[in-house]
Formats: sequence, structure tokens, C-alpha cells
Amino acid sequence: MKLVTAIVKPFKLEDVKEALRGIGVQGMTVTETRGFGRQRGHTEIYRGAEYQVDFVPKVKVEVLCDDDQVSQVVETIMKSARTEKIGDGKIYVTTAEQVHRIRTGEAGRDAL
Amino acid sequence: MDTGDTAFILVASALVMFMTPGLALFYGGLVRQKNVLSTIMHSFVALGVISIVWFVAGYALGFGPDRWGGLIGGGDYYGLAGVSFTEPGPFASSIPHGGYMVFQLMFAIITPALISGAFAERIKFGGYVAFIVLWSLFVYSPIAHWVWGGGWLGGRGVLDFAGGTVVHINAGVAALAFAIYLGKRKGWPKDVAPPHNVPMTVLGAAILWFGWFGFNAGSQLTAEGAALPFVTTHLGAAAAVVGWALVEKIKHGRVTTVGVATGAVAGLVAITPAAGFVLPWAAMIIGFVAGIVCYLAINLKFRFGYDDSLDVVGVHLVGGMIGALLTGVFAEASLDFLDGSGGGVAGAWGQVGDQLIGIGATIGFSLVVSLLILVVVDKTIGLRVGDEDEVGGLDLALHSESAYSTADVSTTAGAPSPVSGGQDRPAGPLG
Repeated sequence: MKLVTAIVKPFKLEDVKEALRGIGVQGMTVTETRGFGRQRGHTEIYRGAEYQVDFVPKVKVEVLCDDDQVSQVVETIMKSARTEKIGDGKIYVTTAEQVHRIRTGEAGRDAL
Repeated sequence: MDTGDTAFILVASALVMFMTPGLALFYGGLVRQKNVLSTIMHSFVALGVISIVWFVAGYALGFGPDRWGGLIGGGDYYGLAGVSFTEPGPFASSIPHGGYMVFQLMFAIITPALISGAFAERIKFGGYVAFIVLWSLFVYSPIAHWVWGGGWLGGRGVLDFAGGTVVHINAGVAALAFAIYLGKRKGWPKDVAPPHNVPMTVLGAAILWFGWFGFNAGSQLTAEGAALPFVTTHLGAAAAVVGWALVEKIKHGRVTTVGVATGAVAGLVAITPAAGFVLPWAAMIIGFVAGIVCYLAINLKFRFGYDDSLDVVGVHLVGGMIGALLTGVFAEASLDFLDGSGGGVAGAWGQVGDQLIGIGATIGFSLVVSLLILVVVDKTIGLRVGDEDEVGGLDLALHSESAYSTADVSTTAGAPSPVSGGQDRPAGPLG
């Protein structure tokens, strides 16, 4: 089992969701989050004072999948989230040791 | 007595009352998330506390028969004794005295609440309440008496239609004293986060604008003649929005939402002393000037290093001074019901001198007495919260509440249980 985590631009979330559905992904979790990478932050102006805002709004998408689906999921997110401008985000894959479905008690592949 | 006028002043009183919760939202949106409730509380609790102060003694000191050569009122009206609800009082012949009293009460409530923007995010609640009680009695009531209650400034012919000196310069000066006395917030100016809820601030500004029709048009005290201050109020605010937006566009290349909302309030402040004395074209000049100058004035705090958190000085002190001075310039002789001389445009430039006396007296008195009250409250109850409370946020530290929660996680530890009284900070389910 793998956990694919992608940090993407908020306005690309809809595209990512539809693309993942298109390859048969059944579920995902999203979180509104903030962060910065090479894009750095931006400047906001309130009453003439400029504030440097380092953390930019992003969306974190988490998808659990079987080992043999990983490359397809990663590729799908990559394609659907890409704008080719700085700040497109990151994808990272970690191992999920166990997966359980709470309702039925199913585990592993059956729980996806 | 006139039933139309009575209805008019009661509706105007309700409109002015609504400005205080509007101010709560205006200020609440500008602070950080952890302090929004404590900031809203400053305005809302004034509705409770000042109303009682006004009943007991505030109205008497402001509007009771003159004592000490125009310095203060008194003698009658303590506990509203002698304030009739069927007969007119000494200040408005066509409405019941009680209607006039409650209209003035709403002004007395919002004025100390205005000051709270200067010390948001770092003041003790008890210290704040003690301050506004003393300030209302010993600063607000005397100055209201000087200008409107038959005191010496009104007697000299100083023009203040709806409170440019009494409300705005007065509150602005106290705010400056407070900001300097209390010191900066931790991390200011570099590490203080921007406003946490701009739509809240804009809604608050809109409510203030709405209520200001009661503030200014209501100050005519009769329905007859109220259309002019109603229109000048609106045009003053409108011109200030445009003025502020233009400076922002020139200086930053962007027009901001907080900027136009603040500009509207600056314009409303500036037109307040002038509203019933000037014509619409002059109202627009006053508003436009206020929009530009208040923008520039707000940035003074960075140059001089006082942390006026929400710009009470830049908006209310400076806006109030612009309005008071320009009233002396643009007052129409036909509208000047004090001595009929009008202002500079009517050839009576001496009015500008009278206005300067009004400004100077208000600044001097308010500064000195406000500082005295600050010292007294600081040495007894204390004014500034500890570092830990300031960093953690006043909402939780002072009120055991938080404004927003994304999930009900905080209540899963147990059902709400009654908390025994007498504790300073009751232990919640999470200790």
C-alpha cells in the first residue's frame, strides 16, 4: 500500500479530482494548507503598510493506492496539476503499512 | 412638541446605537484571529456599561445646568431625575427631554469604544472597563457640556454640528495617549500579522456609514432641516472613498478593500462637525481632503513608533481636525444658527480661529485627563496583559472563548459542565 500526497495549486483541485476519478481512484482526502517553496510568498497591502506573506495557500491531496497503481496515480496528478509556472507544487509517495476500512473491518487491498 | 420630530429622533437614536456593533465588526476584522472577540467586546460592553454610567451621572455632568462658568453641568438629572418623557428639555423644544437624553447616550457609548482601536490586542478587560467608566465621566461629559450642554465652547461660537471635537478629536487624542502609554504590541511593526477578516471590516464600515445618517442628520434634532446633513454626510463619505482610492492607486498601484472602507469612515468623521453647516459641494471637498490626508496620517505611527493598532489617531484625530477646521472655512452664514456669521467663504475667517480654540481646548483637556486616568487605572487594576496572554491571544486568556473552530474537537472531551464561580480563569474540559 502507498500513500500518494500531492501539494497543488488550489484552483487545480477540480482538475486533479476529475483526472483521478477518470483512472478509477475511488477516494481521496483534501486539506487546505499553506506553504512555500521556490515560489516564495507574496506581498499584501493594508492601509498603506506592506506585509510579506511567506505562506501561500495550497491544497494537499492524499490518495491511498496499491503498489502497482502508484506510477499511474503520480502521473495523473502531475499532468492535471501542472501549469508550468512556478508554484505548481510537489508529489511524494510514502509506504502505508496497513489500511483498514472502519465500517466492515476489511484490510489491505480490499479496504481501498 | 412635535410627533414627527419625536419619531425622527428615536429612529436616529436607534441608528446611532447600531454604529457601536458596527464598530465592533470594523475593528474585529482588522485584528488577528486570536483577538477578535476581545476586540468586539470593547465595543459591545460599552453599550452596557456606559448606558448605566449615563443614567447615574453622565447625562447630568454633560447636560445639567451649567456650573463653574461653563466647565461642567450638574445639579439636576442625576439618575435622570427631572428628565421628562412627555415635556421637552432645555436643548430641543419639539421632542421630549428623554428622547434628547437617549440620543446623546448613543454618542456617549460609541466615543470610548472608538478609542479601543488604539490598544487592541494587549489590554486587560477589567482595566478597559474601569478606563471607559472614568473617561466617560471625566472627559466625555465635560467636553460634551462645553460644546452642546450650554458650556463655554458653544458659547464662543465654536461650530461642531454632530461631534467632530466632542467625539472624534476627543477619542483620537485619548487613543494617542493610550497607545504611547501602553507601548507597542510584541513584535510590532515587523511581526504583526495583517487583518484576519476583511469582509467583517467592510461590513462594519457599511454599518457605520448607515448609522452615521442618524448621527449627523439626527443632530439637526428636528425632521425639518435634516435632509441637508443627511446628504452632506453621504457625499462626504463618498468623496473620501474616492480620495483614499486615488492615493492608494498612485502609491501602491492597487486600490484595496480595507482602504476604501477606512476612507469612508475618515470621510464620515470629517463631515461630522460640518454636516448641517455646509452645502453639498463643500461636503465633497471636506471628504476628499480627509480621504487623502488620513491615508498619509495613518503612516505617521511607523515614523514616530507608537502602536496605534487600528489607526484611531490617523482616522479620528486627524479626520476630526480636518473637519473642524474646514467647517470654519465652508460654513454658510444662512446655516450658522449660533451667530449667523458663517465661515471663511462667507467672509468670516475669524470662525477658523474659533475652530482652532475648540480643537486646542479639546486636545489639551482630553490629553491631560486621559493620561491621569490611565495612570490611576494602571496602578490599581493594571492595563496591560502578561506576555503569555498576549502571545496566546486575549480571546482565550481573558474570555475563555474562541471565535472560530473548524471542527467540534474541543467539545468531545466531555459535555459542557457548570463551572464553579469565583475563579479567574475556569478550567475547561481540556484543563
